Amino acid sequence: MVALTAEKQDQNLLSRMAAGDGHGEKSAYFDGWKAYEENPFHPIDRPDGVIQMGLAENQLCGDLMRKWVLEHPEASICTAEGVNQFSDIAIFQDYHGLPEFRQAVAKFMEKTRNNKVKFDPDRIVMSGGATGAHETVAFCLANPGDGFLVPTPYYPGFDRDLRWRTGVNLVPVTCHSSNGFKITAEALDAAYENARVSNIPVKGLLITNPSNPLGTTLDRDCLKSLVKFTNDKGIHLIADEIYAATSFGESEFISVAEVIDEIPDCNSDLIHIVYSLSKDMGLPGLRVGIVYSYNDRVVQIARKMSSFGLVSSQTQHLIAKMLSDEDFVDEFIRKSKLRLAERHAELTTGLDGLGIGWLKAGAGLFIWMDLRNLLKTATFDSEMELWRVIVHKVKLNVSPGGSCHCHEPGWFRVCFANMDYQTMETALERIRVFTSQIEEESLILTKPMAKKKKCWQSSLRLSFKDTRRFEEGFFSPHSPVPPSPLVRAQI
Amino acid sequence: MGLLSRKVTCNAHGQDSSYFLGWEEYEKNPYDDIKNPDGIIQMGLAENQLSFDLIEAWLAKNPEAANFEREGQSIFRELALFQDYHGLPSFKKAMADFMSENRGNRVSFDPKKLVLTAGATSANETLMFCLADPGDAFLLPTPYYPGFDRDLKWRTGAEIVPIQCTSANGFRITKSALEEAYEQAQKLNLKVKGVLITNPSNPLGITTTRTELNHLLDFVSRKNIHLISDEIYSGTVFTSPGFISVMEVLKEKKLENTDVSKRVHIVYSLSKDLGLPGFRVGVIYSNDDIVVDAATKMSSFGLISSQTQYLLSALLSDKNFTKNYLRENQIRLKKRHMKLVSGLEAAGIECLKSNAGLFCWVDMRHLLSSNTFEAEIELWKKIVYEIKLNISPGSSCHCNEPGWFRVCFANMSEETLKVAMNRLKMFVDGPSSSTRSQSEHQRLKSLRKMKVSNWVFRLSFQDREPEER
Repeated sequence: MVALTAEKQDQNLLSRMAAGDGHGEKSAYFDGWKAYEENPFHPIDRPDGVIQMGLAENQLCGDLMRKWVLEHPEASICTAEGVNQFSDIAIFQDYHGLPEFRQAVAKFMEKTRNNKVKFDPDRIVMSGGATGAHETVAFCLANPGDGFLVPTPYYPGFDRDLRWRTGVNLVPVTCHSSNGFKITAEALDAAYENARVSNIPVKGLLITNPSNPLGTTLDRDCLKSLVKFTNDKGIHLIADEIYAATSFGESEFISVAEVIDEIPDCNSDLIHIVYSLSKDMGLPGLRVGIVYSYNDRVVQIARKMSSFGLVSSQTQHLIAKMLSDEDFVDEFIRKSKLRLAERHAELTTGLDGLGIGWLKAGAGLFIWMDLRNLLKTATFDSEMELWRVIVHKVKLNVSPGGSCHCHEPGWFRVCFANMDYQTMETALERIRVFTSQIEEESLILTKPMAKKKKCWQSSLRLSFKDTRRFEEGFFSPHSPVPPSPLVRAQI
Repeated sequence: MGLLSRKVTCNAHGQDSSYFLGWEEYEKNPYDDIKNPDGIIQMGLAENQLSFDLIEAWLAKNPEAANFEREGQSIFRELALFQDYHGLPSFKKAMADFMSENRGNRVSFDPKKLVLTAGATSANETLMFCLADPGDAFLLPTPYYPGFDRDLKWRTGAEIVPIQCTSANGFRITKSALEEAYEQAQKLNLKVKGVLITNPSNPLGITTTRTELNHLLDFVSRKNIHLISDEIYSGTVFTSPGFISVMEVLKEKKLENTDVSKRVHIVYSLSKDLGLPGFRVGVIYSNDDIVVDAATKMSSFGLISSQTQYLLSALLSDKNFTKNYLRENQIRLKKRHMKLVSGLEAAGIECLKSNAGLFCWVDMRHLLSSNTFEAEIELWKKIVYEIKLNISPGSSCHCNEPGWFRVCFANMSEETLKVAMNRLKMFVDGPSSSTRSQSEHQRLKSLRKMKVSNWVFRLSFQDREPEER
């Protein structure tokens, strides 16, 4: 009998889940994080470092947040003003959550939907961030082997959050740039049929609205047709609305909650919302995820499952106080939108000046940049090549469309809300240099001089040796969500 | 096609068990010394409320940590953005050191082998996801914490096979019981992946002996399986014989850095020792890199709030505080434990001699009308509805002998404990036995008529429907 190697023996002792790659982190896309980790940009200490544009964080209103926290010591259970609540809060582990927390979150959800709908605090269920919320919803709505339809491109984390421990499949609903990546009835039907043919029972449709990575919002008609589609098929509609308050553009964000009442005989037992404070309020570290379901049984069971990822009572208390300060919340939402709009304009104006295209969108913390004309061939291999150049030579960590399951190569998600103005300018400058170099090269290339061709290759492309190193598929030892530049500096 | 998953429609979350229903009854009619003196006293909740003042005093003396400041600057923004699943390094270091301290510094813990989770609930589930495939089994000594049915089995699809422990030898884990459990699993066609013990034990309140730990290590070594030691009560050991962690025994047996040591995993939490269940602080400690890696990635589904990590990192890094806290906490637990034991004695009730935990394992077999679990539930209903004490019946902990109850003592004031003991004494001393059995009969009749929802009750593994997971 052949002796197993030590590692193989070990892996037999562990679950398939632990020994496998379902966490998704062996993907080559984690290169970008690694490059940033090894050489992070700092305006003074490391001006040639990699600028992090792959992290969808909202850091633009941290000053407002900080000011509020300093002015409200009673919101903390540790300060002299708040410590009288310490023991009550510290022992509170009821999975219903603090009533005042749920009420404040419900109110906040209403405000971020322009007060067009009401949310019931008793339907608010906690989870370990939106990450935990998605997994919980998948556990509640689907059995191993079932599938959810997901429009592409989508947030890469879904592959892990919805599938890893649940055994659920994701079936892409392919969207195309030809119509601005809108979800069409044909695409939905095609995806549904694909699932059928692959013997995957479809249990629901997951939409992210506003969209990550596109930054677009669904218009009322589209939203209604999605609700109708899912209702007709008797499947669930899960609306990830974590970017609700990042809608800064002219077209307003419309929540699925608004549309339910407009559809006759809508079966609301099929409608669920995933929410979080990580993007709208810029508080990803506090792990505030919410499952909001219109299905009573799902609320009940999701609440029991929330035991696996409750929000720290200390945080519930702080958030309850903060979000019930309506003046603060109104000002925060207003200022956040203004600053996002400004920063978005800075980036897009810069790109316009360089002739670089981007998808028109009015929400999110990123833009969907069009670099198709820089690809050598319209393939994902070319996209990877270009991406490696952007990461390692231009020194910008951006997210390639392939990692978001985009159907067409050449698109990149570029985040803008996690840096200050100067850093944004530096990034734009680097892009300017890069594009002008390409222009030069292509001008030179039109002359039939083989020597010059080599020049483009050596200055901008990685050597074969470099490429090999990154394809070895080593584990990135770091979290797929690396510490933001601010955090690195201070903690 | 079902609209919801099987996980939703089945009962494997275990919350139809009497353990949780007692809580529900308490919620409807909670005791308050002024507002509701006839309400139900909660003795079913293993919380440690005895030492908050020590933490509050520390907060008052450490305003920087309390205010999320470092060198006069607010670091709230940085904390707000910190979501790295590797956790705050200073917090992990502080936890590793605290765990060492809890073991008299006889063993040390490496922060790199620590994974932070949302409470022990999440730690236990995550370990199951890492060590067991659906349908695999873990052996657990009975009686055990009712929450394990949910935490270990519900979403993971893993199974629990009991290691039967009995009062004949003080519920100790024997070699033969281990073997029998293993065989039982084989009969059920279940692949055994490991053993999970709780040390100190919930609900027994006793620490695992060196002999038992040696048996366990031999057993898992021979069978080539894992050993999970849930040590969340390690800081509640208030008297001899003292706490021995499985890590210590590994060290004594010179098994560190061997294959066996890679299969030993510890679960820890601050919910019991520090009385902070609301903060959701759990830990997995493993010598297996792959487990640490996988568990770390899984912790994304339940990270610890960064503000909580920061606060506790400051608290636990203060060695003066931790030393004083552990010592003082143990003194208070010991006193309170004595009060419960003597209160029970006055009512002619004995309990298992224990040296740890936040509860006693109480012997009420002599109060049963018959040596059956039905009689245990009858007695339990009386205790909840008539005596108005919520305690946990042994059957909810999968005890194989009727008549045992877990009674908590650290989650109430001394006065409330006195009231509880008085009620118990009055009930036991009560009217003469003949009139008592008559009025008992009346009471039982009315109790049966009472609408109590969902009395789904699991006595043993065999009673479960095969498709329920």
